[in-house]
Amino acid sequence: MAKPKIATASLAGCFGCHMSLLDIDDRILTLVDLVDFDKSPVDDIKKFTGRCAVGLIEGGCCNEENVHNLQYFRENCDILISVGECAIMGGIPAMRNTIPLKECLDEAYLNGPTVYNPSGNIPGDKELPLILDKVYPCHEVVKMDYHLPGCPPSADLLWEALVALLENKPMDLPYEVIKYD
Amino acid sequence: MSDKIKFTIDGVEVEATPGQTIMQAADEAGVYIPRLCAHKDLLPFGSCRVCTVMVNDRPQAACTQPVSAGMSVESETEEIRQIRVNLIEMLFVEGNHYCPFCEKSGNCELQALGYRLGMLAPKYPYMFNKHDVDASHPDIYIDHNRCILCARCVRSSKELDGKNVFQFVGRGIHKKVAFNSDTNLGATDVSVTDKAIENCPVGAILKKGVGYSVPIGKRMYDTQPIGSDIEARKATAK
Repeated sequence: MAKPKIATASLAGCFGCHMSLLDIDDRILTLVDLVDFDKSPVDDIKKFTGRCAVGLIEGGCCNEENVHNLQYFRENCDILISVGECAIMGGIPAMRNTIPLKECLDEAYLNGPTVYNPSGNIPGDKELPLILDKVYPCHEVVKMDYHLPGCPPSADLLWEALVALLENKPMDLPYEVIKYD
Repeated sequence: MSDKIKFTIDGVEVEATPGQTIMQAADEAGVYIPRLCAHKDLLPFGSCRVCTVMVNDRPQAACTQPVSAGMSVESETEEIRQIRVNLIEMLFVEGNHYCPFCEKSGNCELQALGYRLGMLAPKYPYMFNKHDVDASHPDIYIDHNRCILCARCVRSSKELDGKNVFQFVGRGIHKKVAFNSDTNLGATDVSVTDKAIENCPVGAILKKGVGYSVPIGKRMYDTQPIGSDIEARKATAK
């Protein structure tokens, strides 16, 4: 029987949640016995090769490309999981949400104390993904099935959640595994 | 003592002294009822409603409702857990609560209630409202992003410090904590040793120069759920 497939993505995140996934240590050998990795930065597969059982999403949506990527995951994954605070609430990138976008860009490209920008232009090339008015949590863009909090979620939480999903069993987590930081 | 009265919490008989609130009697009996605005050293306030219990099938705040003989209190039911977690989630989306870099993380009562009540992510949309930070005082700063309007600082300053440094201004979504000065927090007579500072349940009022002083794993709610101290009373009583 073919192994179920897992896909992962880092949207507006720092890859810390992916690092935490690698932090399952030698259990990663069991993981590759249990699943195949599809589209993911882990194996650098860029396009879905088939339907995936689980999609793990790190980071929220700060630009157009994040939204398209998240929608692409939703179309191709049976179960989509927000992994970490950025996917759940926007996280550090969402700190700009209380500041108008124009002010953020002006500070970054024109007025910041270390800015050297003689042209006085704010990057607007068509190749650059359009930045959104604010950073959105994943579940405010598409339907997310589960949320695993943490910054990053502990390796134990990721492991237990994945195994419970793959074995179709309820999660029975000790208190100290779920943290928001 | 003969003047004790008896009532039940989740079907278990509890003794109380007449005049006690449900919460006071429950605490003494080692039964933890989740709470945010209530504090053992402050007068009952009944603002956050996290301590909602069913009293004879009607919702009441356990921190303000006095006990009466024979009353039936329900606390640990799925219906009430859902009410409580909804309240916690609303507080999380109304403020800007960035647990990953908050100095209070691990010692925060709002966060600890999220853990205890099983919140993985709030079901409500985040509001991302703009709030100010006042760092004008040399020893203290207040970050309104993290304020949950529990009024513990307002009440502590008045009831325990005898100062009246804090008060609410505005209504509804515009409500915020203001200071007893024409300008800012630095111009008040607040002191770093005030109970008003210590009793903030979240990271809204913090002492400067403390930072992340306790390592992860050793903070108050890292390994023990909030309320464990109260529940331990039951364990030792038996």
